[in-house]
Amino acid sequence: MTNAAQAAPDERIKAVSPWRRALIRPELGGICGTILVFILFASIAGDSGMFRAEGIMNWTVVSAQFMIIAVGACLLMIAGEFDLSTGSMIGFSGTVMAILAVHIGWPLWAAIIFTFAFCVAIGALNGWLVIRTGLPSFIVTLAFLYILRGLTIWGSIRFTRQTIIGGVAEKAQGDWLAPVFGGKILTGLFQWMADAGWIATFTRGSRAGQPIIEGIPMLLVWALGLVIFGHWLLTRTKFGNWIFASGGDAQAARYVGVPVNRVKILMFMFSAFCATVFATCQVMEFGSAAADRGLLKEFEAIICVVIGGALLTGGYGSVIGAALGAIIFGVVQQGLFFANAESSLFRVFLGAILLVAVIMNTYIRRIITGER
Amino acid sequence: MKSMLRSVAVGAIMAVTAMAGAAHAENEQFVWISHGPDSDSWFNVIKNAINVTNEQMGVSTEYRNPPTGDLADMARIVQQASAAGVDGIIVTIADYNVLEGPIKDAVAKGIPVVTVNSGTVEESKQLGALLHVGQPEYEAGLGAGERAKEEGITSFLCVNHYITNPQSVERCRGFADGIGVELGNQMIDSGMDPSEVQNKVKAYLTANADTGAILTLGPNSAEPSIRAVKDMGLDGEIYFGTFDLSPEISAAIKDGTINFAIDQQPFLQGSVPIQVLTAFVRYGVAPSNSVFTGPGFVTKDNIDFVESLAGEFR
Repeated sequence: MTNAAQAAPDERIKAVSPWRRALIRPELGGICGTILVFILFASIAGDSGMFRAEGIMNWTVVSAQFMIIAVGACLLMIAGEFDLSTGSMIGFSGTVMAILAVHIGWPLWAAIIFTFAFCVAIGALNGWLVIRTGLPSFIVTLAFLYILRGLTIWGSIRFTRQTIIGGVAEKAQGDWLAPVFGGKILTGLFQWMADAGWIATFTRGSRAGQPIIEGIPMLLVWALGLVIFGHWLLTRTKFGNWIFASGGDAQAARYVGVPVNRVKILMFMFSAFCATVFATCQVMEFGSAAADRGLLKEFEAIICVVIGGALLTGGYGSVIGAALGAIIFGVVQQGLFFANAESSLFRVFLGAILLVAVIMNTYIRRIITGER
Repeated sequence: MKSMLRSVAVGAIMAVTAMAGAAHAENEQFVWISHGPDSDSWFNVIKNAINVTNEQMGVSTEYRNPPTGDLADMARIVQQASAAGVDGIIVTIADYNVLEGPIKDAVAKGIPVVTVNSGTVEESKQLGALLHVGQPEYEAGLGAGERAKEEGITSFLCVNHYITNPQSVERCRGFADGIGVELGNQMIDSGMDPSEVQNKVKAYLTANADTGAILTLGPNSAEPSIRAVKDMGLDGEIYFGTFDLSPEISAAIKDGTINFAIDQQPFLQGSVPIQVLTAFVRYGVAPSNSVFTGPGFVTKDNIDFVESLAGEFR
């Protein structure tokens, strides 16, 4: 950005040491929190299997799930809007996919593609309603939280007389698109690591000799891919600046020619897209869709984003921060089980982390933006 | 500011280490994984049974559940228990598809598994579990339906408060088959909120005034339904059966509002799996067949004995 060969420093610009500039960033709170959480669980659950291959995979997968919806929620919140329908969208998209594939008899790839198109269109409808009515997105998406959940339960009972729709695993056999969401990669590497004795193997039964971790699930690849894409979009493109501007001060952004409406509607669509990715990975993994999938996930996504340093009022935040928030969430949720703690205290702990994170983030943001 | 943050962090670490320290023991570690959300009171008896049995057997069994009842979260808990290398896993087969992978992985790792509560003996065998401890749902519903048929019932309302679990639908289907009618629209999704359940039942009974019987699937749907029936002056008039027991259900059996409760004896579901696993881990012995804990019918005749323990051990 700045010209390295600049002559005399401009006296209007406050001198900030490069060390401080590197340190003071939106995701600082998330970075500190992540380090703290790892130190904490290494000390209380270090020998419980939490940091062996299988344990690592366990909390990584949970974190990756949070990460997928947190990226969508993060970009939307920076654009100044909320999406409370994320959790219902997870249940809805999975059920639509399973009904089309299992009960209507579509090939699975067609069901997946149609579901993505349909759910992203619902995201667009969410955004359009917010823009047209001028209502807070909190209200509009709250309505969709109920509408989608209700449609999900009605649809699954109407078509299948059950609320869990199985049989997707059979449909996924030989499908070209299903492995993109439910497959595992680097299986050869894990087999090699198992042969070398680095990770545990099954010792008896039909799977003896196979590594306990088969490979990296595509869920993780999607999570990392979405984080990288989100971070690049936000920090390296013109569109990223538009997102910040739309959430910071929509009116001012309009005056300088930012297409605020288009940005916001696109972000609603992206949020729906992330929820559908989450649902598709889950449906492929478990071979079934269920009407109660994704309950409360919208708030979990928002918590990840807030721990990661974003502002509820929009215009400020970081995708990397949201991803770190997702890691903190996943590690705490599964780590308390490994530590043999009373699992009902999980929420107490989470609430405390949320408070501490927000206090810390506020403090950091004041230093960055210079507000008092 | 900084010092405050530091003290908060230190406090949190101390709290967690204290929690972790409290649960530390030298004996066998088992986990009892349920599908019930935090809001479901039914599993209290199971928790009490677990505590009693832990003391009797000298083991430590942790009760765990997905907070919102999301079965995908439950699958993660099974994976977590298996990764932590516990000595045994007790798990409900809330949905075979979802839990198949994680449970089979645990079995393949050499962890003994006992399935409990939801699910069937066949499913339990397919998963490679030692045995199943529970009440076959469809048969329980069928038995209740046959009882209702003897009273000349031809129509009913099934109040389903956990419709997202396919086992719940089996109960209603069994009841319909027992009476010999189609289930059709006679099952309603009542949700968990007591006042909502009550009003949905009232609305249904108002719209279908000739309904002969009510079947509720547990305390969460039974207690508001009792109130709804009493408000409409139908107590003793409408044939009323329910699954499970609670203090309020016992009282309703005594005053004639409820004709029978199907008791699946959750105490045994909490206790027997722990006894089986302990014997298996210590001496390598296990029963060769599954254990049916129900259906047992609680009626006016035997309610007095049951009532003193309702909600705690019955």
